[in-house]
Amino acid sequence: METQTIKNNQNATKVTERISGSEAIVRCLIEEDIKIIYGYPGGAIMPVYDELYKYQDKIHHVLTRHEQGATHSAQGFARISGKVGVAIATSGPGATNLITGIADAQIDSTPMVCITGQVPSHLLGSDAFQETDIVGISTPVTKWNCQVTKAADIPAALAKAFYIARSGRPGPVLVDITKDAQFEEFDFSYEKCTKVRSYIPVPKTAEGSLEAAAKLINEAKKPFIIWGQGVILSEAETQFKALVEKSGIPAGWTILGASALPTSHPLNVGMLGMHGNYAPNKLTNECDVLIAIGMRFDDRVTGKLDEYATQAKVIHFEIDPAEIDKNIKTDVAVLGDAKGTLGAILPMINENSHEDWHQKFKDLYEIEYEKVIKNDIHPTKEGLTMGEVIKEINIQSKGEAAIVTDVGQHQMIACRYAEFNKTKSNITSGGLGTMGFGLPAAIGAKMAAPEREVVSISGDGGYQMTIQELGTIFQQKAAVKVVVLNNDFLGMVRQWQQLFFEKRYASTEMVNPNFVAIAEGYYIKAKKVTKREELADAVAEMMASKEAYFLEVCVEKEGNVFPMVPSGASVSEIRLE
Amino acid sequence: MSTERNLYTISVYTENNIGLLNRISAIFQRRHINIESLNISPSEIDGVAKFTIVVNMSEDNVKKIIGQIEKQVEVIKAYYHDDEATIYQISGLFKIKSELLFEERQIQNIIKESNARIVTVNKDFFVLEKSGKKAELVELHQKLSAFGIMQYTRSGRIAVTKEEMKISTLLETYHN
Repeated sequence: METQTIKNNQNATKVTERISGSEAIVRCLIEEDIKIIYGYPGGAIMPVYDELYKYQDKIHHVLTRHEQGATHSAQGFARISGKVGVAIATSGPGATNLITGIADAQIDSTPMVCITGQVPSHLLGSDAFQETDIVGISTPVTKWNCQVTKAADIPAALAKAFYIARSGRPGPVLVDITKDAQFEEFDFSYEKCTKVRSYIPVPKTAEGSLEAAAKLINEAKKPFIIWGQGVILSEAETQFKALVEKSGIPAGWTILGASALPTSHPLNVGMLGMHGNYAPNKLTNECDVLIAIGMRFDDRVTGKLDEYATQAKVIHFEIDPAEIDKNIKTDVAVLGDAKGTLGAILPMINENSHEDWHQKFKDLYEIEYEKVIKNDIHPTKEGLTMGEVIKEINIQSKGEAAIVTDVGQHQMIACRYAEFNKTKSNITSGGLGTMGFGLPAAIGAKMAAPEREVVSISGDGGYQMTIQELGTIFQQKAAVKVVVLNNDFLGMVRQWQQLFFEKRYASTEMVNPNFVAIAEGYYIKAKKVTKREELADAVAEMMASKEAYFLEVCVEKEGNVFPMVPSGASVSEIRLE
Repeated sequence: MSTERNLYTISVYTENNIGLLNRISAIFQRRHINIESLNISPSEIDGVAKFTIVVNMSEDNVKKIIGQIEKQVEVIKAYYHDDEATIYQISGLFKIKSELLFEERQIQNIIKESNARIVTVNKDFFVLEKSGKKAELVELHQKLSAFGIMQYTRSGRIAVTKEEMKISTLLETYHN
């Protein structure tokens, strides 16, 4: 305490103001340039809401219909803008309802700050009303968290929270603030955090690693680039594209990496992993140098590890040292931020075209087109396919829309067939696979980027997990286009039951409500399509709408997503049917 | 062979922060790794705490664990060493009935031979302290068990390494 006073006296220019802890929280958000937050009020956070009322011209609070929706909206906000998303909730159930979104943000490296109210500090540990140990509960799924019990600690805690959330490999942080700290008055001043003693956001690139990587790349006969969200998070799209073009190396993406390079780019050879494209999976096990950029060799990408790219030398461009050798042994690790390392390696890379090798990707694409893609996007048999809906959205949006998906078959189909011209356009729950993510994430994305067309695509299962956020769309007048691809099934689980559980469809059939009536109940324009000939007009009407629009498309009930790398199989064993 | 299991001492230098124990132990729990022993104490640097964690696992896996530990914001640095690379001790306390000290001549010999130290004696009980390697404590425990032990407890391993840790230099680089 004493040292604090001395410090303040010495630093005479520091202007302080006597305000409450709750006002300080709002002022900290303003200092961090936060203009939109998502949340839900309750007892232990009421002082903050009282201040939000006073500061509503500076910060727009979006009342979601569930705290989980607040986190997903904050995630959607962060993913489309590259800025920190903010979610706020009360203690107890309010706080625990944030956990799914926090876990999702942690595994997908999404910058998010969550602020929770907590019971007064003298009641901590007494099993007080709506008390829960949210710091303990959120520890394994946050990049950092802390509890604040004194108003004077609020500015430093929030400054640190924002810094940690956005720096290095981004992630969610949670700051839990007791109600007495919110009421307490103190001398407020704010200083942005620029470093934390024990924390290295961007590791140093080891000497010689760039040269070693460049040598491998230049000498490679069959090099293959696989990229992930790291390219987007470090805003390295320009450097990445330059590297791909100069080296002439075919490049495949993880679902979180999608849109960093336009879908139409000639060297973009498609999606990796379980439901990815045929060529990038097959040829992973034929390349001689595998260049991984900002991706983490997730099991959905690699399949069986023992049979993954064992023939190849592996180069890993990565910001998180813990990812090196975690799943795949790396020959050359290039630590650092992708923007910096890709920029630095570019002059060392020889111009090349790898035409014969690239041709192999094209040949395999032809096989996949004949066996799978043609039937998905230009079906001739009865029953609408998910693929033709995505194709129609591509046509009508000219590939400019941000596609926000939920989890399941529709997600894989959307990722496979959506055309992306712009980066930060594929917003989906990749690592955690959170059903219910899509609708609230689309709200956050639309509010962060109102100038962009945002299309939420969900299945009938996941949609109903957060369907109440239609209320948020209505209240906020968020012009989100909501598409539900309805097959009256939990389609992905049903597909597995068909393939691996002898068609025992245990609890995957959905008896669904009148989705159009529900949307209309929230005063959202709505339409249902059941026939192929109605599809184009309906999508056109949806895209032309200036306000929110709901479109239900009834698709074939037992459609499957192929290709497929069966769980636990090698990427070479990818099945086309 | 780096996939062979071995005893490793993990030393973690951290900011002294509430909740960090939870964060670090969760890394082990999530991967189903049993912590053989754990000790938390101040370190040679003011305000920096040191976790000493003993685990039985492969070198490949301990490397991954070090990565996960160092990833935590408030961890300054984590190291792992095998027994050859450290000087380590554990400590044990034995509470024994005082009458045995006088009635059983053998006990006095055991105390002498084991280099154990009597911490306190009163009319009901005495307390014996022994520091050393785990095997020595196990042996002493076995010998004393024959006479009856009222209470026995053993500490986690504490260790210093033969190589320099350079935490101070590290902290300076963080500042720059």
